[in-house]
This record gives sequence, C-alpha cells and structure tokens, in this order.
Amino acid sequence: MGYLSRIIGPVAIAVMVAPATGQAADDIETLRAEIAALKAEYAQRVTALEARIDQLETTAAVAAAAPVEPPPPAPSTPARTSSAFNPAISVILAGNYADLSQDPGDFHFAGFMPSGGEIGPGERSFNLGESEVTFAASVDPYFTAALTVALSSEGEIGVEEAFARTTSLPAGFSAKGGRFFSGFGYLNEIHAHAWDFVDQPLVYQAFYGGQYAQDGVQVKWLAPTDLFLEFGAETGNGGEFPGTRLGRNGLNGTTLFTHVGGDLGDSIGWRAGLSWVDMDAEGRVYEDVDSVGNAVVNSFTGSTETWIADATFKWTPASSTRRQAFKLQAEYMRRTEDGSLAYDVAGAGLSDSYRSEQDGWYVQGVYQFNPRWRFGVRYDELDPGSTRIGLVQSGDLLASDFPLLLPASPSRITTMIDFSPSEFSRLRAQYAWDDSRDAETDRQLLLQYIYALGAHGAHKF
Amino acid sequence: MNAFFRGLCCACALVVALPANAAIKVLATTSDWGSLVTELGGDKVNVYTATSPLQDVHRVDAKPSLVARARTADLIVATGAELEIGWLPVLLQESGNSKIQPGAPGYFEIASALRLLDIPTAVDRSMGDVHPLGNPHVQLDPRNIAAAAKALSARLAQIDAPNAAYYQQRGADFQARWQQAMTRWAAQAATLKDVPVVVIHKDQAYLIHWLGMKELAAIEPKPGVPPSAGYLAGLVSKLGATPPKMILRNAYNDPKASDWLAERVKAPVVLLPFSVGGTPEAKDLFGLFDDTLRRLQAAAK
Repeated sequence: MGYLSRIIGPVAIAVMVAPATGQAADDIETLRAEIAALKAEYAQRVTALEARIDQLETTAAVAAAAPVEPPPPAPSTPARTSSAFNPAISVILAGNYADLSQDPGDFHFAGFMPSGGEIGPGERSFNLGESEVTFAASVDPYFTAALTVALSSEGEIGVEEAFARTTSLPAGFSAKGGRFFSGFGYLNEIHAHAWDFVDQPLVYQAFYGGQYAQDGVQVKWLAPTDLFLEFGAETGNGGEFPGTRLGRNGLNGTTLFTHVGGDLGDSIGWRAGLSWVDMDAEGRVYEDVDSVGNAVVNSFTGSTETWIADATFKWTPASSTRRQAFKLQAEYMRRTEDGSLAYDVAGAGLSDSYRSEQDGWYVQGVYQFNPRWRFGVRYDELDPGSTRIGLVQSGDLLASDFPLLLPASPSRITTMIDFSPSEFSRLRAQYAWDDSRDAETDRQLLLQYIYALGAHGAHKF
Repeated sequence: MNAFFRGLCCACALVVALPANAAIKVLATTSDWGSLVTELGGDKVNVYTATSPLQDVHRVDAKPSLVARARTADLIVATGAELEIGWLPVLLQESGNSKIQPGAPGYFEIASALRLLDIPTAVDRSMGDVHPLGNPHVQLDPRNIAAAAKALSARLAQIDAPNAAYYQQRGADFQARWQQAMTRWAAQAATLKDVPVVVIHKDQAYLIHWLGMKELAAIEPKPGVPPSAGYLAGLVSKLGATPPKMILRNAYNDPKASDWLAERVKAPVVLLPFSVGGTPEAKDLFGLFDDTLRRLQAAAK
C-alpha cells in the first residue's frame, strides 16, 4: 500500500501541475517523456511487487498447511482416582474337542512312577478347559505383583501363580517370591495358552505332572554382557511332584539354572540352558495293582535329582516383508531317585531300597508359513532307564507286583496346525500317535480354541 | 597371593573407572529413534537398535540378545503409546536394570512429547488393532521429530549431566538444521496437498496429516485386519468413481495386497521407506524425509 501511494502521488502532482503552469511545448514534451519513464519504471516495480505478494501468499499458504511450530503435547487429563490403581486384568478362555482311540481313563506312563499331575490327553468329546484370570500391577516403587487363578470346568478355583517381583534391586539382580512357575528348562515358565501344542511334552508330564510351580523364592542375576547370560537359584517347600512337603521346619529343594543366549546374524535368536533340581520326597504315594489284582498304595521316600538341558532357536527374517518364522526347540531331562520304596503301606507294609535313573526328551519345530498360520511337528520319548527295587531284588516280591514300574519306552509323534485370526485368538487342530501306555497306540485328535481378553500380554522368547 | 590381590584391585579399579569415560548406552526400539539419538548424542552415546526397518515393530520377539542389551542400557528410547507392548515389558522385566524402568529417567517415550492423532473415544478389540492412547506411528511428521528431539536432548542432559552442555549444543545444532530442512520440505510438500491416496495400514496418518494429502481408503478394513476378497472387490468399485493418484506402501509391508489393488485401479504403488533404513536412500532422518518426498513427488507428477 505504501509503495502504491508513493507511485500515485508524484504522478498525480505532475499531471495536475503541468497544465496550470502552461510551459513551453519543449518542456511539456520533456515532462511527458519523464512521466512515461516514471510510468514504465513504476509499472515494472508494481509487477515485481505483485510477484512478491503472490510468492508471499503461496509461502503463507504452505506455512498454514504445515506450521513450522510443533504441535504441543496433549493436555494431560487427570486420572480417575477410584479406578486408576486397578490392576491390569487379562482373561484366557480355552477348550477343546477330543477324539481318542483309547480310553483316557487308564492313561499312564509305562515304567514311570505316576506324577499325579496333568497327564494325558484329557477326556473325550467337548471339554471346557481351564479359564485363566490374571491380575497384574505395580505394588509400589519396589515391587510388581501378579496373580493368576485357574477356574476348572467343575468350578474349582486353583492358584496357578501368585508372586511379587522386585523392580529396583541393583547390579542386575531380581527376586521373586510366592507361587511361580520355576525357571528351569524352557517350557516350564510358559503358560498353557502360549504353548505351541495343546499339551505338554511327555517328559514334562511324567517328570513334573505338567509344570512345576514353586512355592518359595527365586533370585536371578543377569550378567552385564552383550551375550545373554543369566543365573538363577530357587528354593521352596518342595510340595509338588517329584517332591513333597517335609514334616519339619525348613525348606525342601534347591533349583539352580543358567541360561545363555544371543543372535546368529540378524534373523536368528537362540537360547540354551542347563538346570539342576534337587529335592526330597517323604511318603510320596501312588496307586498300583499287584500281581494278583489287588489295589495297593506304595510310597517313595528319598532324594530326587533332575538335570535339564534346553535349547531354542527362532528364525524370524529381519530383512523380509513376508511374516514367516521358524522355531526349533528341544529339552532333555535326566532324573535319579534314591531312597526306599514301601509296598502296600496300608496292608503288607514292606519296605526296602529303591533307585532309578530315567530320562526323557522332546524336539519340536513350528513353522509359521503365513502371518496367521503355523504348522508344527513334535517327537517325544521317555526312557525308563534302570530301576532297582530292593523288594524285588531280595525276592520278597515279584517285578509284576509293581506293574507301573515295568520297563517300557513311551513315545509320541504329534502334528498340529493352527490359525490365529488376530493376536488374541487361536484355533488349533492337533493329531498325535501316542505310545505312552505299554499297549496299543492311542490316536488322538484334538481341536482347540484359545481366546485372550483384556490387557495385552507380552510373551517371553 | 600378593600379586593376585594387586591384580584384583587393578581389575576392580578398571571396572569402577570405566563408566566415567565410556559413552552412555542407549537402546532404541526403532531405527528412527536410533538415528535421532545418534544426531543428538554424537560420540557421547553408544546406540543399539532393537529392530530392523523391515520388521513390524508391533510384533517382535523379546530375544535374549535384546534382554542382554536392556541389562546394560543407561537409557531406553521407545515410541510408547503401546507400540512395543508385546515385547518391551518383557525386556524391562527380565533386564534386572532399575535405571530403565518406566518412571525412571532412563526410560523415555517419544510419544510423551507429542500430540497423538487418532485417539479413539471408545476402544474395543472388535475394531482391530486400535491404540487407546492414539496412533503410535509418529515418525513421519517432521514436526514430531523436532518436538521429540527437544525432549530427548533434555533427557540426555539429565542422565549424563557432566555432558549437558554438549547435548545442549548438539541439540541446538540439530534443531537449526532440521528447521532449515523443514522449510525445504514444506516447499516441496505444496505440490502434494490434496493428492488422493490409498494406504495399507493406518501407519501413514502423520505423513498424510502433515502433507495435507487425502486418504481415500485403507487396504486393511480395520487396523491389523487383513482384507477379505469381498472387501477388496468393494474397494475396487468404490475407487472406480474416485481413483487415487497413488497407493502408499511402506517398506515393511507385504507388497501383495497393494500390487493387486494397483493393477485394478490403475494407480502406481509408491514404496516409502517408513523408517530410517527402509530404503537405501533413507540413511538417516534427513534422508528419510528427503527420500519420502522425492518418491511422492515423482508419483504425483
């Protein structure tokens, strides 16, 4: 605007003044020429100005579309005080349909003292599985805690895990206490809904009745190295198979484990471990049938020691947009039990020495060939090894008085395919040829569903 | 015995002395934040990036190698807004490192410095992968980078106080270079305003918002839900009336769906780096935006 008035001003004055003075034609011509020159000059300037205005407007429009100042963070809304501290809740619903060629009622591992836990494929037809509810939250600046309860289809409530964990111990230490899945091996800590097959490997079922929950304390230390190197120690009441509670003060059992892990290139992560679990059993009873068909209750008292080796490889291509993955895992367990075995505790009440050395292992591979589909194969084997029963060696009883302990080699081949519509649902079909009993092969078809509700869980490697 | 004791003392002294000279260790969840920390921290930081730019950061394994890195980290730089919820909590929990727990100075979420888009008023899993705290794919708006850099510089100065002046100076230098680059990008962006596009997932929301592009449709009917044949057929007929100028595909996306659609609606697929390292040209954060705009402009012509 200022420029325009400055242009118009002199031009207007020149125009008005010129006729009034009535100067000579030469002068008029000179004036005309000057005015023309002025006009041309100012026209040029106006054009330049218009161009600049145009340019400024464009820049302003761009600036408006993309303001250079960053948007401020959202104003924080006050947390609702009544519910703000509620723990995160997640619920797992699971169930299956089972078609079994053998009667699941007489499922047992031939050659192995019954673990009394969750063994075998479960019942026939449709089964509502355990519904799991987990509550988790920080307790205070020093602890977090979690509770997982399992509701059985019969309405029983079991506490699967209930523990507090430290968050602020120095130097890479952490501790937890309460009831928790022991840190030995690979699969023991993993909850059922995150398993790659419907059921646990035979060796876990035979040696721990599925999973070993420690009622006690655990201390872990992670080395400050680029290689993952972890050491852990646990102790507790030893109340679960293969231990028992002891009729005295103090603790029962020591668990030591170490895990080492890292990467092989960009796409493979691995972890391997070695664990040692040692505990005592006092009057650990199991039911059997003697050589003439009478039901008897036998009892083991002594020490039980288990070595566990585990290794897991996971391939997830880091430089590919195809969401494929392959996971290979294997575990080996070897158990030595040494003590005395009492026969027919309610009747004959005979007792003599007992020593067994048994092992078992599994290897499984799961291939995710599509973001939502996975296919897996597992092979399981148990070796009854050597069992020396004092009562049999002394000739007091026959080996057939302990039919469950007669040597046999349970094994199983399992295949599965699962489909996960999202992170929160999974449908699975599994088919297994199970030779756990020293009888005909049990052909098992299991169709399973798993649904996860509520808080988004994070999964371990 | 004496020699052994002296040796032990020396070893202890060495271990104690080391941290004073060593650069602070930073674990960044993505290549973008790794690049940002390098810009701001220079040789005073030692950065490890947890994921590759071709991975889906939402679905990553809590690998032992990452737990080991979390154990020794002085600072975690995560996106936040629940992007890393499937694996970062495990790293923090297993690390035994109290310095990097949420709430501690060694835990930094980029999202905490930003105003997020797409904050849902109601959330339900039937809506797909909805993020209750807002869209966490924040890196493709340069204004977010500027704001995050400001907060991150302050955090670096806080956890490594002896070098505070260094971080301040580097931060100011980065902001100056970034503002300059943003002016350049804003001029380039003018041609992209109102250009109609189709996206795959909701993760280009910030880019589209910044450039003022027009999102016609997403190939995923709901976030994280793969499209069905019926949905795609509907999409083709819908886009027949209002054809997009281009289909945006991130480097980490599977090309199948976008290629299929491109053939039917006769629009080119534009491959975008999405993160630092997503394309060979996107070497750092500057390269990320230079390459993104170059590819968009080439397709918009």
